[in-house]
Amino acid sequence: MSETLTTTAETEHQGKSEPGHSRRMVLNMGPQHPSTHGVLRVVIELEGETVLKATPDIGFLHTGIEKQCEALNWQQVITLTDRVDYLANLSNNLVYSLAVEKLLELEIPAKAQWMRVMLTELTRINSHLVWLGTHALDIGAMTVFFLCFREREDILRLFEMFSGQRLMTSYIRVGGLALEPPRGWEKRVKTFIDTLPSRIDEYESLLNTNPIWLKRTKGVGRLPVEEMLEVGMTGPCIRAAGIPMDARKMMPYSSYEKFDFIVPTSTDNDVFARYAVRVAEMRESTKIVKQALAGMPEGPVQAAAPKVVLPDREKMKTQMESLIYHFKIVTEGISVPAGEVFQVVESPRGELGYYVVSDGTSKPLRVHMRTPSFGNLQALPNLIEDRMIADSIAIMGSLDFVLGDCDR
Amino acid sequence: MLPENLKDNPVAASLEQADPGMLAGGNTDHNELTLEVVPEKILDVLRALKGQKFERLSTVTAVDRYPMEPRFEVVYQVQSVSRNLYVRLKCRIGGEKPEIDSATAVYASANWYERETWDLFGVVFKNHPNLTRIMMPDHWEGHPLRRDYPVHGHKYSYQNE
Repeated sequence: MSETLTTTAETEHQGKSEPGHSRRMVLNMGPQHPSTHGVLRVVIELEGETVLKATPDIGFLHTGIEKQCEALNWQQVITLTDRVDYLANLSNNLVYSLAVEKLLELEIPAKAQWMRVMLTELTRINSHLVWLGTHALDIGAMTVFFLCFREREDILRLFEMFSGQRLMTSYIRVGGLALEPPRGWEKRVKTFIDTLPSRIDEYESLLNTNPIWLKRTKGVGRLPVEEMLEVGMTGPCIRAAGIPMDARKMMPYSSYEKFDFIVPTSTDNDVFARYAVRVAEMRESTKIVKQALAGMPEGPVQAAAPKVVLPDREKMKTQMESLIYHFKIVTEGISVPAGEVFQVVESPRGELGYYVVSDGTSKPLRVHMRTPSFGNLQALPNLIEDRMIADSIAIMGSLDFVLGDCDR
Repeated sequence: MLPENLKDNPVAASLEQADPGMLAGGNTDHNELTLEVVPEKILDVLRALKGQKFERLSTVTAVDRYPMEPRFEVVYQVQSVSRNLYVRLKCRIGGEKPEIDSATAVYASANWYERETWDLFGVVFKNHPNLTRIMMPDHWEGHPLRRDYPVHGHKYSYQNE
């Protein structure tokens, strides 16, 4: 967060206010502007309607999550990972759990892995729905917002059914899942996922032939691919530039290699291409969820690791050994062997990597979150400088950043 | 010097061949390649990696091993998209005067990550174009992610108010 942003306009402007002289204007956008999707402040220097310089100012939502991780037990950190990216909480649960499981060298049962895939794909659909609704709203298409939030509500009800929470689910835990999935979940997920493709058709029918939408998005927000990689962009933005960079394919985790899906790409590299890629991703996620439903393995949802996973309540009350394990885990926490891992998953926004360091105790030595929003937002000046200010709204929307994810 | 188990690793071997003084060690624990780099040579290593199709720098961060010395580990995750590889580079620097060359000269994306690392750890990146606070307010004192900085009980604590 920087309060002393100096602009060239302030220094050049002094004594040069005679009429006809080119005058620059400094516009402070945010931190409460609705189209900045959270608390992002961008100081924009304008000449007429052209953006000369853009300086993003972040940190308004910095809550010290990485610091708090060092003060909590290994399992307690799960609840903080929810709060990093509040639109992709299950992806964050998953990447942290995978990292700790890698340090513990824990084998996760097939059913838990498939449930994780299914839930993170639902998260992806959820996140893309929120993105599509708000992005279309920024550009002026209001109906899409209501339609997207209708489907999002269905997904949140599913999450509530699984975990008891709509947003901060904490459902994926170290060693498997928090709970057995509830009775009747297959039917509810199936009903939702069967109707989704027709709903996506509905959004596309509203946007793909809409002349205003096309004019606002086609050919807007281009950047050379090398520069995009150079400034740290990942996720749908980089795939819309033609690079099939997706952790689900490149380094599969949680048995993604057993699922049949493609990574949608485009070579247009504009705002419309990013929209098209995300819509195609929603359809691919639908396919993955359907496959997960059809081939869901039988068995436990938690690993057979009594020193890591809390015992069953019934066993805890009837068996001495289970009671001891329960007591040890709750009072001391689990201990994780010393080491360090960098685990990457594909979050809806891009490369989500957790760098977890253990010194062998019951608390992490360091949890660093490489979040996609931070990397994507860094490219904002490259994307909007020397372009029209109205386009900057469309470009910002197309990056799909979440400020909680960025500031942590 | 390169440890025995890394002699077969193509990335480590090529770096060792280019300049035997660059690497101070490394391992492949958990199937992840970690190379320990002599802090003065970090830019040479990053340049060499960029020449080997490591297109992007994924993140820069630090680990504070207080009260051990050298206290800080500056960690770089470099990725090659075309070769589908990740390499972790690690530089150990002391707590007395934590300083290292800025990677912005090689990878532009290091800019904000180094600002964040400076803000939260107090590691100075030399020749950084704009080394200012990014997460904390400008007037903040101290570097919160250091191990000797309290989680609460700081003068800005809002507890007991």
